[in-house]
Amino acid sequence: MDILFLLIPLSVILVFFILGGLGWAIYRGQFEDIDAEGERILRDD
Amino acid sequence: MIFANTRATTYNDTVVRQFAIMTVVWGVVGMLVGVIIAAQLAWPDLNLGIPWLSYGRLRPLHTNAVIFAFGCCGLMGTSLYVVQRTCQVRLFSDKLAAFVFWGWQAVIVAAAVSLPLGYTQGKEYAELEWPIDILITLVWVAYAFVFFGTIGTRKVRHIYVANWFYGAFIIAIAMLHLVNNAAIPVGFMKSYSAYAGVQDAMVQWWYGHNAVGFLLTAGFLGMMYYFIPKQAERPVYSYRLSIVHFWALIFTYMWAGPHHLHYTALPDWTQSVGMAFSLILLAPSWGGMINGIMTLSGAWHKLRDDPILRFLIVSLSFYGMSTFEGPMMSIKTVNALSHYTDWTIGHVHSGALGWVGLITIGSMYYLIPRLFGQKQMYSMKAVEVHFWTATIGIVIYIAAMWISGVMQGLMWRAVNTDGTLTYTFVESVKATFPFYVLRLTGGLLYFGGMVIMLWNTYKTVTAGRSVTVVIPAPAAMAHA
Repeated sequence: MDILFLLIPLSVILVFFILGGLGWAIYRGQFEDIDAEGERILRDD
Repeated sequence: MIFANTRATTYNDTVVRQFAIMTVVWGVVGMLVGVIIAAQLAWPDLNLGIPWLSYGRLRPLHTNAVIFAFGCCGLMGTSLYVVQRTCQVRLFSDKLAAFVFWGWQAVIVAAAVSLPLGYTQGKEYAELEWPIDILITLVWVAYAFVFFGTIGTRKVRHIYVANWFYGAFIIAIAMLHLVNNAAIPVGFMKSYSAYAGVQDAMVQWWYGHNAVGFLLTAGFLGMMYYFIPKQAERPVYSYRLSIVHFWALIFTYMWAGPHHLHYTALPDWTQSVGMAFSLILLAPSWGGMINGIMTLSGAWHKLRDDPILRFLIVSLSFYGMSTFEGPMMSIKTVNALSHYTDWTIGHVHSGALGWVGLITIGSMYYLIPRLFGQKQMYSMKAVEVHFWTATIGIVIYIAAMWISGVMQGLMWRAVNTDGTLTYTFVESVKATFPFYVLRLTGGLLYFGGMVIMLWNTYKTVTAGRSVTVVIPAPAAMAHA
């Protein structure tokens, strides 16, 4: 199963990217006023 | 740095209009091919002895047409609409957006020509040969540029949850496409996979199931999180849950693929890992489904009068059904019965016709009149008829496949007391015949609904005109 030496590292790298994205979203204030965000798309067009 | 698109005062809806119309057109084409091959299964003579019309060539044409032509046009069109509306900025580049549309149509036409001619890599959902794969890569990079460029130049601080789903879909498909299509070309339209044997099978189903996860699930969830609140005129039930849904889904999806290879040469432990991850997926999937359906909490009466909302909500109930059925089928003991039978086909179609089809159709019924300056579709009565033909069609289709699938599984494994097989294979084929006819009936109903939609779209578009929508003034925005 040599292929796992490609697919598993690829998944690990991806997980780091996902963690990076999640960290960015949390620390850059994406989730600060979360209850208002769902409403907003109904007003804007 | 100031980008030109941030100074624009209007949205780019041209590319959205093009994709919306082609979604309907390719839907009719792809489903017509589906109906033809369903008829061929019942009556094999319908290939008329012409190689180009044989089942083996038309079947990949059907799957490519419904997934990459109908499904992807719907995803590309709606994502480019949603990203502009939720970021309140024009698309990053009009020229690249036009390239995405025309490039993608070229891919579809190339598929429609090359598959019946017999050119194939022999990989399910990745049949297209290397020159077309390169074109797909170019178009996809342009698509990612337009989408993420628009997000990068947004005028609203928060990135709406639908964009996260669309974004994950775009990135994951890029990676899957590159890894699975790695091949050595040995001529124009002929190549050999870079992997061999079970390695190739593992890559193929790592690709195959993640295409289901990120294209047919994440992408369409993006659609769901925008168009259901819009059509219901209510915010999503729990915005908090939608964010948990997103991160839970993308963290856990990647390793479900091996469940396609139960009881094969794939090592047992890899199969078990695939099964475990498939079971875990039930949680985020149902979280998302409940979140979508509960958006109607307190406004259930809207379902009675609004066929578009019914399309959207019923699609979620099929999503819930197939995301329950999928993990169950991934359990090895269940899979021992279901694998290679029509049950799998039934499962796929409850997801494809029910979830992907209905959510796309509902979103298009929301979008098309707005893109052409109309209040609603030309005939709401036709939308209503479409809803019922589609829903009844799906139910007939999947019920037929469930029954025939379980029957096939039981017939194949039945043994006499002396250890010999009770049934020959051809006996199970003969027993399946009535279910193939039933499936064709369900497929015809679903296809008929799509033809009604094409007519309704034509009437709506010709009665309207292309409208240019002005981006709301920044003063109106809360968080800019």
